[in-house]
This record gives sequence, C-alpha cells and structure tokens, in this order.
Amino acid sequence: MKAKITMEVTIMSIKWDEFFITGDPLILGSQIAIVLTMIGAVAGITYLKKWKYLWTEWLTTVDHKKIGMMYIISAVLMFFRGGMDGLLMKAQTAQPEMGFLDSQHYNEIFTTHGVIMILFMAMPFLIGLMNVVIPLQIGARDVAFPQLNALSFWLFFSGAMLFNISFVIGGSPDAGWTSYFPLAGKEFSPGIGNNFYAVALQIAGIGTLMTGINFIVTILKMRTKGMTLMKMPMFTWTTFVTSILIVAAFPIFTVALALMTFDRLYGTHFFTVSGGGMDMLWANLFWLWGHPEVYIVALPAFGIFSEVISTFSRKSLFGYKSMVFSILGIALLSMVVWVHHFYTMGSGPAVNSFFSITTMAIAIPTGVKMFNWLFTMRKGRIKISSAMLWALAFVPCFVIGGVTGVMLAMGAADYQYHNTLFLVAHFHYVLIPGVVFAVFAGLYYWWPKMFGFMLNEKIGKWHFWLFVIGFNVTFMPMFFLGLNGAVRRAYTYSAESGFAPLFMLSAIGSIILAAGFAVFCYNIYWSIRYADRNISSDPWDARTLEWSTASPVQFYNFAKLQEVKSLDPFWHMKKKNEGLTLYDSEIEEIHMPSNSWLPIYMGVIFGIAGFLLVFEWHIAAALAAIGIFAGLIIRSFDYNEGFHVKKDEIHRIENAWRKTEGEVHDHVS
Amino acid sequence: MIMSAKVDTSLPLEYQTEQDRMNILGFWVFLGAEIVLFATLFGVYGVLYERFAGGPTHKDIFVIKDVMIQTVLLLTSSFTMGIAIFEMRRHNLKGLIIWLVITLALGAGFLFMEINEFIHYAHEGATMQTSAFLSSLFVLLGTHGAHVTLGIGWATMVIIQLLKRGLTPTTARKTFIIGLYWHFLDVVWIFIFTFVYLKGLVA
Ligand code: HEM
Ligand SMILES: [Cu+2]
Repeated sequence: MKAKITMEVTIMSIKWDEFFITGDPLILGSQIAIVLTMIGAVAGITYLKKWKYLWTEWLTTVDHKKIGMMYIISAVLMFFRGGMDGLLMKAQTAQPEMGFLDSQHYNEIFTTHGVIMILFMAMPFLIGLMNVVIPLQIGARDVAFPQLNALSFWLFFSGAMLFNISFVIGGSPDAGWTSYFPLAGKEFSPGIGNNFYAVALQIAGIGTLMTGINFIVTILKMRTKGMTLMKMPMFTWTTFVTSILIVAAFPIFTVALALMTFDRLYGTHFFTVSGGGMDMLWANLFWLWGHPEVYIVALPAFGIFSEVISTFSRKSLFGYKSMVFSILGIALLSMVVWVHHFYTMGSGPAVNSFFSITTMAIAIPTGVKMFNWLFTMRKGRIKISSAMLWALAFVPCFVIGGVTGVMLAMGAADYQYHNTLFLVAHFHYVLIPGVVFAVFAGLYYWWPKMFGFMLNEKIGKWHFWLFVIGFNVTFMPMFFLGLNGAVRRAYTYSAESGFAPLFMLSAIGSIILAAGFAVFCYNIYWSIRYADRNISSDPWDARTLEWSTASPVQFYNFAKLQEVKSLDPFWHMKKKNEGLTLYDSEIEEIHMPSNSWLPIYMGVIFGIAGFLLVFEWHIAAALAAIGIFAGLIIRSFDYNEGFHVKKDEIHRIENAWRKTEGEVHDHVS
Repeated sequence: MIMSAKVDTSLPLEYQTEQDRMNILGFWVFLGAEIVLFATLFGVYGVLYERFAGGPTHKDIFVIKDVMIQTVLLLTSSFTMGIAIFEMRRHNLKGLIIWLVITLALGAGFLFMEINEFIHYAHEGATMQTSAFLSSLFVLLGTHGAHVTLGIGWATMVIIQLLKRGLTPTTARKTFIIGLYWHFLDVVWIFIFTFVYLKGLVA
C-alpha cells in the first residue's frame, strides 16, 4: 500500500512545466547566455572549418597529454562556475538581512558550489595534471589503457554537464554537497534537483574509478628500465597512492548513490524515516567515501609541491623515504577517521574518542611532510618563480588549515565548532592552499611542457598576490565568525548579531580573490598571444624525465626509452652528460594506439540516459541504456591494433627539436 | 597495445604480451573495487537486516531448498569454468567452448531460479518497498544477479570471438579474464549464502 502511494507521488511530481526553470532573472539570463554561447561556438567552429580538426585531434583522441589538457580546460571552466557560486554567496551575506538571494537559492548555490568545486574542479584539475605528467615522469609512451582513459574523461565530462544543466533545466539540488537524509529524500525534497545529484555524480564517479585502475597499472607496469618504486618521482608516488585510495573509496560512493537513487526513484527504504530505513547510514557511507576523497585531492597536490620545491631549490627532495611512508600513513589513516564529521550526532564518547585520536594522528605524517619540504629548501639555491611562490604560500596557509583541523578533531570541542563558519573556514584553508595553490603551481610549472611556451611570470605574480591575499581576507574572518556562533549554510543573519563587519570584510576579500582569478585567465590569454615560442625544452633546469623530451611533447613522448639509475634521473643525466643524445641507430619503429569515437559516444549516451533517469522517464532511459550496451559490444569486437610510427617520421620530429636546442632562450639563470 | 610487438612464447597464451599482462592486472584491480562494492552492500544489509517494519521476516520468505539448488548450480558452474580454462591451457579450442557453454547454461539456470525466487517473494508481499530489510536484500541479491547476467552476455561475446578467431593471445586473455570474473561471482555468492540465507534461517 505504502509503495503505491510513493509511486504515485513520483509520477505526479514530474510535470512538463517544471522542465525549464522560469520566472527568475538570474536563471533566465543564464539560459540566454548558454544558448548564445552554444550558437556562437557552433558558428565559430563552422566558420573556421575546424570541425574535422576538433574531432580527429581532440574529441576522439586517446593521447594522455591531450586528455589531460581537456581535463584541465574543463576544470578551469568549472572553477569559474563554482567561483561564481562562491561570490554570489558572499554578496548575499555581505550585509545583514540582504534580499539578493532567498533561502532556496542560497541552498542551491552552496550545494552546487561544494559539489562542483570538489568533484568537477579539484578532481579533474589534478587528474588532468596526472594525465599529462605521469607517463612522462615514468618514461612511458602512454597510460596502460589509453582508450579507457578517454572514456574516463568523457564520463567525467558527461557527469559534469548533467550536473550543471540542473541550474536551468529541472532545478538544482539543494540539500548540501553532503546531501544528508532525510532532507535529501523524496519526502523532504520532492523536486528532481536531488536526482541530478544522484545520477550525475554516479556517472562521473565511474569515470574516476577507471582512472584509478588505469594509473595503478600504468605505474606498476610501465615504468622505464631501472626506475624501481623507490626511484619514482614524488608526484608519481602520490598519484599511485591516490589511485589506490580511489579504488578503495569510490565503490562505496557508487553504492551510496545507487541506494539514494533507489530511495528517491523506486520507493525503497535505505535512508528514509519510514519503513525501517536509517538516515545515519547515509552519513556513514557518504563520509566513508568523503574523507578519503579529501585525501584523494590532497595527496597529488602534495606531490606537485614536492616536485616544484625540489626543482626550484635545486636539491633532491629531503627525506624521500619518510615522504613515501608518510603518504602511505596518511592514506591508511584517511580510511578510519570518517566519524569526525558527525561527532554531534550521537555516536557516544567511546566512538568519538577513537575517531578523535585517529584524526589527530594524521597530523603526524603531514607534519613530517611539512618539515621535509622546509628542509628541502634549507641551503637550497631558491629561485622564486610563480610556481615556487604558490608552494611557499602553501606552507603557512596549510598549517593554519591543519591546526584548526586538530582543533576540530577533538570530539568534545567540536560541539562548539560543529556546523559553524569555523568549519567552513577550516576546510577552505585546507582545500584552497592544498589543492588550488597546487594546481596553480603545477600549471605554471608544466605549462611550457604542455604547450611549448611559458605563462607570463610577471602577470603570474599579480595573480599570486591577489589570489593569496584575497583568500586570506575572505576566509580568516570566517574563523572568528564561526567562533562567535555564525552557522554555516544560513542565507542571512540579523543586524543585532554583530556579525556584519566581519562578513563585509570577507565579502571584500572574495572580490580580491576573484580579481586574482581574472588575472589568471588574462595570463593565459596574454601568454597564448604574446609569449616567447622559442624556449628550451627544460626551462626550469628541472630534474625528472618529462623535461628530457620536447616541448610541446611529441605524440610518442620518447624516441628512445630511457634507462634510469637514480632519483632525479634527468638532473644526473645533465650533470654527467649521459643519454642526452639520440643516435640514428637507436631509432626504432614505435607502436601507438589509434583514436576512437567510442569514448565520446559512451559519454554522450551515458549523459542522455542519465538525463532521462533524472526526470524519471524510465522507459526512455531504458531505451537509451541499450545504447550503452551497444557501445560495450562494439568495444568487445574492436580489434584495432593501433599503428606504427615509421623511422623516417621519428627522425624528422627528433631533428626538429634537438637541433634548435642551445639556440633557444633559457629561463633559469 | 603499445608493446604488443614483444611476444614471450614461454608463457601461457594469455600472458604472452605485455598489454595482455597489463589487462589481467587491471582486471584484478577492478575486482578489488568490486570487493569494496559488495562489502559495502553486505555492510548495508548487516545494518538493516532486522528492520522488518512490520513486513515479512527472513523465515517468512526464504525457501532453503531453492537456495540450495541455486548454490549447487553456481558452484558447479565455477568448477566447469575451471575446466574450460584448463582446456584453454591445453590449446583445446573445442573443449574450451563446450565447457564455457556448459558454464553459461548453469549460470542461466541459476538466474532462472533467482528470478523465480523474486517472483515468489513478491507474491508473499515482500517487495523492495516493503521494509528496509527487503530493500537491502533485493539490492544485494539483485546486484549479484545483474553481475551474473552481464557475465553471461559478455562470455557470449567472447565465445563468438573464439569461434571466429580461434585461440590467440587476445582471445585467450579475454577468456581468462571472464574466468576470473566468474569465480569472483561465485565467491560473492558463498558470502550471500552464508550471511544472508543461513544466518537468516538460524536467527
Ligand atoms: C574560490 C573562492 C571560494 C569562495 C568565495 C568560497 C565560498 C564559500 C562559501 C561562502 C560557502 C558556504 C558557506 C555557508 O555554509 O554558508 C562555501 C562552501 C563550500 N565550499 Fe567554498 N569557496 C571557494 C572555493 C572553494 C574551493 C576551491 C572548494 C573545494 C575545492 C570549496 C568547497 C566548498 C565546500 C565543499 C563547501 C560546503 C558546501 C555545503 O555546505 O554543502 N570552496 N564556499
Ligand atoms: Cu574528514
């Protein structure tokens, strides 16, 4: 009987007039902007006759470098979207009782902001850098499964687009990025916004899981001769451990989201209040994935800082072994701390104590890493480039995030901090220095490798100072607001609360922060137009193998696979002048994988099926799912063996860049 | 794919090229993810399995005889899958295909029983929507059943390729991987049999 009622509600709640969100100027503006942008893009590509180029060089590519760049471009766009959300929230709370956003809008915006920043900005940005760099660092020609890699990207992209479209079609999810039950259930969130959450994250999550598998195998099996595990560059190590964490944690999220979908679409009782369901089960499953997820984005970032600090201090990384062990320690601990997200929800003192201790223990390996970075710089010949600046700013900012983290880790004290802006300030102090600074550092550092020219260092410094100052001015006041009792996820506050000055300060900070981001975009534009194209393939005088080949990297990465004898192999090759020249006799044909239309096809069909499922049009969704199976079957019968690059071609390509070396402009003095 | 040029003929067919070795390792890692997935589903079931919400309990719906038949069918199919791979190692294509077909027939028998079981439950008034216990039961069993279904479809594709191409390193690798998958599903079933059915009947 009960089941029947739920079914009826389900069918009734989807009406055509709910399809497009109407009557809101902000959203109407976006709808018009989206349509215009799409028309503009299609017209522009047609006018420039670039469709074929786009299709053969990008959309069907299986080249890890291009896939990486597509990840990074998407991530920058998502950063823009998530950042706009952040600014809107800051504008709304700039003064007490503002009427800019109503509570419903505020709910939707912090939800999409959180999801987009973590899953569609931080993850793809880092995965993009991993894609570009890891095969090069280990001296390989691609990842283990190039086509699967493309599929990962297209599934992520499809999930991201599906999630973003909720803004103009159907309505955004509004139950927070954590989407706790019972709020996120059908009973309290009858619209389809939260269906978008369940389905879009599922699609993107499958892509991420495949990335994890791909990189584990790549790093285990494709390292060049002589590169033992303990000779791997630190970014490779962190990527490896991150991939293990992905494989260990993402299936939990897959299940949690599937159960959420069942609860919302098919009336089951996993997390509902009625029917024996258990809302805390969601919270546990979510954070069983969610906390490792935080380290999935933090560890690669640590890897990037390690590379940057070592290169610009002209020294090997200090305490390499202890770095490796602390990564492993952090990864293990990250699986046993999840309850610290809900100390106040009745777990009891014994459980809380246990999780307090495990949480605080994470500070130990993290502290080891901090000291290792500092000791790497000690007595180094430090060169303050833009990339290095981000790494330098990371250290103190992240320490603030870490120390407040230890404060929050204390179960008893958390009763005071829980659900306040203190927490919001804490995790922004972890995520922004830990991830955003890192991807900026990585981008400035590897940009010349990707594109063959550098980002402008002077504009880069403007970007840096505006962003870092803006960040601190935005989030530092939130610690104090939180301690004074300002709760998170509240769309406004009264004038009597006395919060107004700090909120205003924080809003001003966010404008500076946004200016920093704008300068970053301008830097990309400026550098594409004007930067010096005639630069060395090793502009930073760097240490690892990616710098031993051309910039931009030729599609087969290395003409000859290198042999490695130590850490920082390229540094030693340069010092001993060994293995830098390529002899004609060493050139052999190279086998490479072919492009494929299947990954993008799968992305599109998953997107369509997902969209129909979100709207609970089950028959249409099932029909679309046939397309998914068709794709799998086609893949099973696909015996494309790839192609061989002829010696002549390798000869020509290698000559082109090796000859000019020495005449180019060097950037490190 | 990238290094398929190098073939080491001293190894079993499916391990001869580097790409095939990577595919097999990748599949092991994927099975690791599958273990986490099923472990989570077992965990959910473990939390919800006594929340009947006034609906039917384990004892009201489980039919031990049918479950025993399902178990025998699936365990036997794992055994025949083992023989199939053994025939593959002996380069006996015909034997391989025959044993694969037997395996899939047993798998289909298992599925048939499972669907009947679900219909029986529904007749008893036990559906996914009845209680948390039943939601978690159906999703756990259904996920396993969906895996078996997928495995049958996938193995059918591989059999077609074996018929078309014979035993090559690639087809051997594909067969070997589907073998791993099949044994994995069997292991999951043993856990389901123990922690769902036996425990439910003893409780
Ligand atoms: C770039 C500038 C950013 C600004 C101005 C900003 C601002 C905000 C604000 C105002 C909130 C909501 C506070 C409230 O509860 O009322 C918030 C929440 C959040 N932010 Fe950010 N943020 C920024 C960047 C980021 C980044 C880079 C990440 C992650 C990588 C991130 C992740 C989150 C998450 C997860 C939430 C919680 C959402 C929720 O409550 O469900 N933010 N942010
Ligand atoms: Cu946590």
